[in-house]
Amino acid sequence: MGDSTHMPAGRRRTTMTGAEATAEAMRQIHPDVVAAYPITPQTDIVMRFARFVSDGVVQTEFVPVESEHSAISAVLGASAAGARAMTATSGPGFALMHEILYVVAGYRLPVVMPVANRALSGPINIHGDHSDTMGSRDAGWIQIFSENAQEAYDNLIQAVRIAEHPSVRLPVMVTQDGFIITHGMEIVETLADEEVRQFVGTYEPERSLLDVDHPMTVGALALQNSYFELKRQLAEAMAASRRIIADVGEAFGRLSGRYYGLTESYRMEDAELAILALGSTAGTAKVVVDELRARGQKVGLVKVRVFRPFPAAHLRDLLRHVRALAVLDRSDGYAGMGGPVFAEVKAALYGLPQGPVITNYVYGLGGRDITPEMIESVYADLGELARRASKEPERVVAEAALTPHYLGVREPDGALISALGALQLNGER
Amino acid sequence: MPTLKQLARRPNPLTGGHSACAGCGFPQAIRLVLMSIEEPVVVAGATGCMEVTTTTYPNTAWNVPFIHNAFENAAATISGVEAAYKALVRRGKINKPIRFVAFGGDGGTYDIGLQALSGAAERGHRFLYVCYDNQAYMNTGIQRSGATPFGASTTTTPAGEVVPGKQQRRKDMAAIMAAHNIPYVAQTTIAHWQDLTRKVQRAMQVDGPAYLNVLAPCRLGWGTDPAMTIHLCELAADTCAWPLFEVDHGKWKVTYTPKTKLPIEEYLKPQERFRHVFQDSTGGLLAAIQKDVDEQWQALLARAGQT
Ligand SMILES: Cc1ncc(C[n+]2csc(CCOP(=O)(O)OP(=O)(O)O)c2C)c(N)n1
Ligand code: SF4
Repeated sequence: MGDSTHMPAGRRRTTMTGAEATAEAMRQIHPDVVAAYPITPQTDIVMRFARFVSDGVVQTEFVPVESEHSAISAVLGASAAGARAMTATSGPGFALMHEILYVVAGYRLPVVMPVANRALSGPINIHGDHSDTMGSRDAGWIQIFSENAQEAYDNLIQAVRIAEHPSVRLPVMVTQDGFIITHGMEIVETLADEEVRQFVGTYEPERSLLDVDHPMTVGALALQNSYFELKRQLAEAMAASRRIIADVGEAFGRLSGRYYGLTESYRMEDAELAILALGSTAGTAKVVVDELRARGQKVGLVKVRVFRPFPAAHLRDLLRHVRALAVLDRSDGYAGMGGPVFAEVKAALYGLPQGPVITNYVYGLGGRDITPEMIESVYADLGELARRASKEPERVVAEAALTPHYLGVREPDGALISALGALQLNGER
Repeated sequence: MPTLKQLARRPNPLTGGHSACAGCGFPQAIRLVLMSIEEPVVVAGATGCMEVTTTTYPNTAWNVPFIHNAFENAAATISGVEAAYKALVRRGKINKPIRFVAFGGDGGTYDIGLQALSGAAERGHRFLYVCYDNQAYMNTGIQRSGATPFGASTTTTPAGEVVPGKQQRRKDMAAIMAAHNIPYVAQTTIAHWQDLTRKVQRAMQVDGPAYLNVLAPCRLGWGTDPAMTIHLCELAADTCAWPLFEVDHGKWKVTYTPKTKLPIEEYLKPQERFRHVFQDSTGGLLAAIQKDVDEQWQALLARAGQT
């Protein structure tokens, strides 16, 4: 690969963390308003951005609010007032925004928000899993998952253009795995400031609260006679966004050489056994796929990049000829039958005349590592599952679909871990 | 300072097309506040009676830009609007002066919205926050709030055989806001229109956050005759149950002193929510309310150095 001397002017290739790459993308996007509240592991993003503000590198109005609830509320107000507005958050902060996430989407405001995925309490845990954003998957936001720092950067820039597209006008969150991506150093290639500026264009809202000569009411009380239609329109915009997301991914590819779609398939052409994953785990799985392919195994990987809207049709095409599929979930749904991604994949593949046996692995909660060995063991399990399914399809398919596996769980250390997450002192009391 | 006639000639910011009860206090609060402001305004409102009665889709009673976000975040929302204004002025996209006002009920202000309001005040956004205080959560059916006065019967503090209405004093919200050291804080009622108008104009002059607490009776929650609304506000001020004052850059000043301070029963008697007070044969409850009002009035005078 070339070094910076072979790159178009203004582009850079440097080592960065995901947080740093995200702050850099924000600097280049140059939003009008950013409101944010600190929470690990997101803090690093806004701290860096606040420095850009303090040093006069950007002219953004930075609102250091007193909570995430107010961050998203202020960003909603700013966006309705015609500003390009952003915030960023993680885990419990994201959960505190939950109520207002629906309002932002319901008002069709093109807010863009990086999220450093983090586990939810209790017990408290600051590390990466997907419980936070999965908990708001039905809020009406487009959700884009990033595999690494490069994608966190690329996705954020695309998000602005997707959100503001006239036939979308929906908020977009761009996630990256907490710590694994936010704090991991990688090589990232950034675009020139001018390239980003041109790619995102300027935000020209159709209407603005600040247009005092044409007053409008935003956020009226919508009752039985209108609420349903407004939500139905939101659903239509969400469905229509699939095409826009793909177009923007294509346009971004022409600019940067890095093309993006709703999903990414890795060595899936003739794959018989496949894993489906989101976020950084997809990167780990690619390494395992290469190793197993080298040993002649027909394995592949499907990465879901866009989780909302869900790429159901793509998955039906991609997975039709697979014999066994493992869906990896970095959060649990506590349904007693696996995590949220698993449920959606099953729904997407429902009714295929021919399709894979599907099973689920919940893994990595609270930042627990997932290793290449673990992923290799999943492919081994899939081989076995496919064999059994060819003999007793109905029983094996049902069993696989209803019994999640917990990957990488260690048995609790006796009395140290209680149901309350409380430490029990040894000794008499 | 405009005369009432001049005020009445200004374009009406809130049309008659809302669905608030006859005799409701807050529509007057909104009109008086907004008509006192010379510049164009953008308004944010919290969930509550005001919002549901003025913005039923596809209609709106607002003739000025209005945004409703949720119950607890009117102050945070207007922070964002004001921040957008600053950013767009800086980028040369807007050049006219615009003022920012947020309205919330007492529940959305004293209780669930206190954090957002405190944060916005501390950050120093230039906006006026107006609490139209009807002393309970009216929109959800007259539940007690941090603004409900001692002894009032509400649906969550019903006057019963054992507990005679709300057992705590109301929060001193204006003092809480004054403790933020913002440039201007005041309290008034919809009956004292000159006092209100002057206070709003003062709030528009200061460079930073301002807070206005406006008594705006709810005829339903208070159990009063709709024709009494304005008179009740006068009684509230004349009994000193609701003093009128301001805190201008830290300096406290009582802006209305009744010529004769009326006994509290004159204010309580017309209100259903205090009926049990007059059925209490010992008279202890009424005496306790009177004592509480007197103590707070004296404390206010002392704070203002007007004893
Ligand atoms: C988070 C949240 N909690 C509760 C409610 C329900 N709620 C809506 S309006 C309201 C009461 C509003 O009372 P207040 O602020 O005093 O205004 P009023 O109705 O008296 O004008 C409540 C409790 C809500 N909308 N959102
Ligand atoms: S219930 Fe009370 S506050 Fe609500 S509209 Fe009626 S009078 Fe006004």
